[in-house]
Amino acid sequence: MIKFKNSEITPENIYKKRRSFIKSIGLGASSIAMSAIPHVNKSLASERDKLTSYKDITTYNNYYEFGTSKSDPYRNSQIFKTTPWDIDIEGEVEKPIKLSMEEISEMFISEERIYRLRCVEGWSMVIPWMGFSLSKLLSKVNPTSKAKFVEFESVYDPAQMKGQKYPVLNWPYNEGLRIDEAMHPLTTVVTGLYGKKLPNQNGAPLRIFIPWKYGFKSAKAIVKIKFVENMPTSSWMWASPREYGFYSNVNPNVNHPRWSQATERIIGEGVWAPRVKTLMFNGYGDQVASLYSGMDLKKNF
Amino acid sequence: MRRYSKTLVFFLSLWPIYVISYQIISNQLGPEPVDRIINHFGEWTLIFILLTLSMTPLKKITKSVEWIKFRRMLGLFTFFYASIHMLSYVGLDYRFDFEPLINDVLKKKFIFIGFSAWLLLIPLAVTSSEKMVILLKKNWKKIHRLIYIIGIFGVLHYIWLSKTIFFKPLIFLIILLILLLFRIKITRSASKI
Repeated sequence: MIKFKNSEITPENIYKKRRSFIKSIGLGASSIAMSAIPHVNKSLASERDKLTSYKDITTYNNYYEFGTSKSDPYRNSQIFKTTPWDIDIEGEVEKPIKLSMEEISEMFISEERIYRLRCVEGWSMVIPWMGFSLSKLLSKVNPTSKAKFVEFESVYDPAQMKGQKYPVLNWPYNEGLRIDEAMHPLTTVVTGLYGKKLPNQNGAPLRIFIPWKYGFKSAKAIVKIKFVENMPTSSWMWASPREYGFYSNVNPNVNHPRWSQATERIIGEGVWAPRVKTLMFNGYGDQVASLYSGMDLKKNF
Repeated sequence: MRRYSKTLVFFLSLWPIYVISYQIISNQLGPEPVDRIINHFGEWTLIFILLTLSMTPLKKITKSVEWIKFRRMLGLFTFFYASIHMLSYVGLDYRFDFEPLINDVLKKKFIFIGFSAWLLLIPLAVTSSEKMVILLKKNWKKIHRLIYIIGIFGVLHYIWLSKTIFFKPLIFLIILLILLLFRIKITRSASKI
């Protein structure tokens, strides 16, 4: 495991200053994946696209393997062991492969990708992830003609993950994407955030992130990626098919029985900040809407 | 000591106010402060419903009528916290924007049932005084049996708003069921006599 000296980790305030400097000299858009956040309205966008603090990103998590309260993952994941770690890519492929985390970090260069995370519970964060497109990883195997979907399986280790000792969800956590969604350049394999190694509570050592879908679609601590013929049943679909659909695209027009999907609360904005309007596809419609042309997204929620 | 017990319970019942005031002052509400405030008062409302419902069983178990004198105060605190809970949702979260609020009440069953529970608390709060007990005679007891329905509505509200029933909603449900079972037992043994 690579150990960082304290001095090597960029403090958050310097990190942000450096970013605004790069931005001010006009290199931002080309050198950093800045364009990842759509700018609907310049003045509004600046408030909305402000990076969420490292503290909030790493202490306010939904990660039921480590407990159902938002503060549990931070508290209960610190001694979680992420080495050694292997990821199987298998299923409807010509030749299944097994890659270690070391091999993955040698093969692919992680870049900064700033995306908004919209939780189904009606809140959002803006996170500077480190990662690369999932399509690069998936290109290491040749899917057969039968392959239509990609399934993600998270680690099952109740000895280390105390939440898995209870039937809160059907463990291991399971998620899935259609192949074209999985191959979309915005679909990211995440290895870090804020320029640092990915913290355990955020899904270390490796997770996926799909910016235009509700947060729960982005499975954490992945051990298996499987090409399959039929639409997988994700853990949340299994728990409540009426509430959680396979697609789960961020959609302000589809009501959830519990949370308002028309608006969202920006994390870290304080007691007096109002809710803001939720954007279709979380604001990534320009890039991803074509994936769903001709589909009734109210039915395929 | 017994003379001051009511005063003591009164100040203890203000505990949720001390806690949230401390968290506001020391900036400890966390990343979602509005949610935190709403949930804080929601949870304490449920706790006070359960406390209110515990007084009669405690009277039977300990064979002491002492407990009954706290019942009205605990019931009024239930209404007090339920009102703050609802007001923080209406005012702090939705800024008194009634269009999405009405939509919520009608479309989301957990809000519908929570709001109904609060409405049902109003007649209980209004008729809580000694005068009303005398005035309403037998009807007073009938009206105040509404608290059982309010308890069920309140716990359902919590279960429905939670992603899973584990663990807090389940704990509230179990305690409520135990307290309600006591009632069935009490009325059964009473009707035998």
